[in-house]
Amino acid sequence: MSAFNQNRSRIVQLIFIGAFVLITLQLINLQVFSTKYKMAADNNAFYRKVIYPDRGIIFDRKKRAILENTISYDLVVIPAESKGTDTLALCTLLNIDTATYKKRMRDLIFKNGSVKPSVFESLLTTENFARLNENMYRFPGFSLSERSVRSYPYDCGAALLGYTAEVDTGFLRRHKDEGYEMGDYFGTTGLENSYEKVLMGQRGIKRFIRDNKGRIQGPWEKGEFDTLAIAGKNLYSSIDVELQQLGEKLMQNKVGSIVAIDTKTGGIICMVSAPSYNPNYLTGNQRKKHLVDMMYFDPRKPLLNRAVSTTYSPGSTFKTLVGIIAMAEGVIDDQSTVSCGGSYLGCGRKMGCHAVGTFTLKPAISKSCNSYFAVAFRRILDNAKINNRDVTLGLFNEYAYSFGLGKRLGVDLPSERMGNIPTANYYQKIFGKNWQACNIISNSIGQGEITTTLTQLANVMAIIANKGWYYLPHLIDSVEGGDDYQMLARFKVKQRTKNIAESIFEEVHEGMQGTMEFGTGAAAKVPGINVCGKTGTVENAYRGESLKDHAFFGAFAPRENPRIAIAVMCENAGYGATSAAPIASLLIEKYLRDSIAGPERKAKIEQLANMNLIPPQMTRLMKKEAPIKKPVSKKKEPKA
Amino acid sequence: MNRKKNNLAVEGIDYTVIWLYGALVTIGILCVFMVEYKAGSNWIATFLGGKANYSKQLIFAGVCALLATFILLTDSKIFTAFANLSYVVGILLMLATFVLGKNINGSKSWIPLVGGFNLQPAELCKIFTSLAIAKFISRQEVDFSNLKSQLIAGLIALTPAALSILQHELGLALVYLSLLIAMFREGLPAQFLIIGSCFGILSLATLIVERDALTITLTILAGLIIFLAYRQVRKKQKLVTITAILAIWILCVGVQRFVVPYVFNNVLECYQSTRIYSMVGKDYDCSLNKKSNEKTTGKAARKPDDYNVRQSKIAIGSGGFFGRGFLKGTQTRGKYVPEQDTDFIFTSLGEAFGFVGCAIFLGLYLFFLFRIIRIAERQRSTFSRVYAYCVASILFFHIAVNVSMTIGLFPIVGITLPLISYGGSSLLTFTVLIFIMLRLDADRQMVLR
Repeated sequence: MSAFNQNRSRIVQLIFIGAFVLITLQLINLQVFSTKYKMAADNNAFYRKVIYPDRGIIFDRKKRAILENTISYDLVVIPAESKGTDTLALCTLLNIDTATYKKRMRDLIFKNGSVKPSVFESLLTTENFARLNENMYRFPGFSLSERSVRSYPYDCGAALLGYTAEVDTGFLRRHKDEGYEMGDYFGTTGLENSYEKVLMGQRGIKRFIRDNKGRIQGPWEKGEFDTLAIAGKNLYSSIDVELQQLGEKLMQNKVGSIVAIDTKTGGIICMVSAPSYNPNYLTGNQRKKHLVDMMYFDPRKPLLNRAVSTTYSPGSTFKTLVGIIAMAEGVIDDQSTVSCGGSYLGCGRKMGCHAVGTFTLKPAISKSCNSYFAVAFRRILDNAKINNRDVTLGLFNEYAYSFGLGKRLGVDLPSERMGNIPTANYYQKIFGKNWQACNIISNSIGQGEITTTLTQLANVMAIIANKGWYYLPHLIDSVEGGDDYQMLARFKVKQRTKNIAESIFEEVHEGMQGTMEFGTGAAAKVPGINVCGKTGTVENAYRGESLKDHAFFGAFAPRENPRIAIAVMCENAGYGATSAAPIASLLIEKYLRDSIAGPERKAKIEQLANMNLIPPQMTRLMKKEAPIKKPVSKKKEPKA
Repeated sequence: MNRKKNNLAVEGIDYTVIWLYGALVTIGILCVFMVEYKAGSNWIATFLGGKANYSKQLIFAGVCALLATFILLTDSKIFTAFANLSYVVGILLMLATFVLGKNINGSKSWIPLVGGFNLQPAELCKIFTSLAIAKFISRQEVDFSNLKSQLIAGLIALTPAALSILQHELGLALVYLSLLIAMFREGLPAQFLIIGSCFGILSLATLIVERDALTITLTILAGLIIFLAYRQVRKKQKLVTITAILAIWILCVGVQRFVVPYVFNNVLECYQSTRIYSMVGKDYDCSLNKKSNEKTTGKAARKPDDYNVRQSKIAIGSGGFFGRGFLKGTQTRGKYVPEQDTDFIFTSLGEAFGFVGCAIFLGLYLFFLFRIIRIAERQRSTFSRVYAYCVASILFFHIAVNVSMTIGLFPIVGITLPLISYGGSSLLTFTVLIFIMLRLDADRQMVLR
């Protein structure tokens, strides 16, 4: 009986084997050859929590923190656990209505699910935090979670310190391999941007296992593969925060900028770009609103750093350089004289002049005589020894380049402009091969095609003060724990101008001191300090409308042992001596003496601070925008 | 765990099977433990506490050990004697569920017992049906080569299957079909299996291939066969042959165009159709389904997705070649796979021990099945042989279908992994099933009727 149908036993066994082989093949397919399941599993199960490091702190030259971190609180909610919350009380505390509350809850649940924590209100104000903190027991499901935000304790230095912003997709595309992720913050402008690598620190990553509803189950492998967050490195800057504050105060209601440089080190002591704003406006929960206000609705463009990102014709301050080059080339000497009858007529076209008389170099600088420098400039270009204007202009430009003009200085701020020192090539295109010195005679008094940034101008003052050498102007002196990325090395290299005799600088110093004592800058004398300065007044027009002149002032002090070089400019402020020069004098006094002496000088601060020099075309635009947005009045509000 | 070495009184017991049984039950408890384990908890306490599933499973295993001992100590004549009676009782119990039934996971097939335990008669009925078929085939007056007895045997197997379908337990119903394998061994013509597989292939083709394209293919195929057959066949039989081929062609096209869509739209539930379609990687439009339309009048039919299979494949696939290691499976810990301690328990194994672990595990099962076939073939009694084949068939079907559905080779039906899945009913059924076989095997020198 049992022999019956026995071959069918084999068939049954074959069926069994067949099924198992099929299963094994599918297992090989799933487990050995396919990686997508492993990835899908990791996506399912891992929650990577990014531990954000504190960004580095920036200190001023006296080790006072001017950009640091503070703790801010987010109100976080787990919607599924918020059943018993006293909604009405919460809404009253947050000053929202219940409809908003419901809408937000709906959005959060839609975006993030109801069992995971989501941010209900971010960056609470201190008052809101205090009120909520007392009442948290009434709001089950809600909690306060802290996070580190940037804060500017001295409310100043917005333009140079910059701000951070959340990374966007464009940024991520551009910085693919630098480890940024959605939700990270990065320095967008100012020092925050240029020292991003140093300041950002290193994020830590904790891996958690989560379940099918997204709830955290605990660390993965007991945190064996987690990394710790490493805080960003601190930076020591050359800024003097008191000077910075004073500078910003003095530049209230003006459009322009100030750059002061430590002549010995090239460190920038203060850099003001007016109109300035309280940098803390760009940290709170109203950040976006404030940013939009300033970016789109303020015609004065407060977000623009006018010290490095705008170029101007330097005006008469450039005459110092023309004088130096002419002397160095030997086309004039300290005895050469030029007579001026109120205007320079040498080029057939009348060029106005402020001073009348016969001048040597020193008084020409002091009185800012246009004719003198027009002649000197022509002599440089029409140098008989060379007899080729293309070459002589090239020579002139080489001097200018060696003074840091016509190229980016390499200040440690983003978006620095080059300025312009026009070349012979350029003029050939405009005036043809046989262009004349008279074609470009405006350049001799710092107008025409010549443009510089204010930082370049301040640097020229420092070079004159140092008699031919300088360090690249910079804001950061050192990085705590070492300059790993060699970002500061170039600031430690002593730069030299083309070889210029010391006596030439002495001459110019003499002339510049004269400016302050009996010349155009007399209004800006600092009692007891020998300041060397040079005013500048630059004609300009905006869309065909002739506007008030830009006021410039460049100076350094004290003459015997220069410690500070400064350049001040006020857009459309008229004559340089009334605004720019006194502002510079106050800053010099403050820096050298540590305080402003005497009630008269103190009154001067208030007087200058209250002086309204906002250019009329901007005022008009502001009035037009005012009914829509009020960025101006907002800036006066205390920090929320 | 379930070592019956103390039963020295029992002779002729196949200890290989007992060892395999013990190993599989142990693996099962460990798998349930993997699914339920939470890092940091005191697992010894919970093991002894009796609250967690793995600790319950341990208790079940103990009960099963007692029961197995009891079975081994009985006289094997009991099983032949009570085979038919138990079958009738089993059918009555299944009918009783329609009155006393408790709804668990959408199927009303459980009878509540004291102490919170539930009994699933359809599970137990597997044993009774196996006994009944063995009894029927082993009767001296039955000649299994004639059609009548084949039909009666089929009826014995299909009655509980039909009742299971009425209880919405499609998986259990399919298990009874596996008894055809045992019948095949006893002489059921192979044509049944071949025609059955052809029908299966045709149904599958209907799902995969475009409706009209399949009709055209079938027509061309029929034409080709007629063309070839026309020359081969003698003149007299030509008409008959062509008629037969045409009849088969009409049948196939009918099945493909009308029967299969009808079954999907009118017989099966929406979720069942969806599962079958998702297996071949297609979406099923539930708005076509009559049943779902009846239920949700007015409401748009909810579109159930293939979440289970997807998560199950992810879990198994993420195990890789060597697996993540015991208790280190992230998908298992995160409870991503639904029903992971019962029907989808294979996923925890696949994730923790990878391909190597799975292969070893399946090898163990295959060895187990072959061992049972070997036991079957050494019986002198037809009853014992048929019964052993029934056991092998049921086990094979459970294993193949359960594992296949977790890796996406078979649509999801509620079928447990024998001796591994959590659940008293399932473990108890298989224990009894296997140990009756061992008891019969111990008496293999006897000829039972």
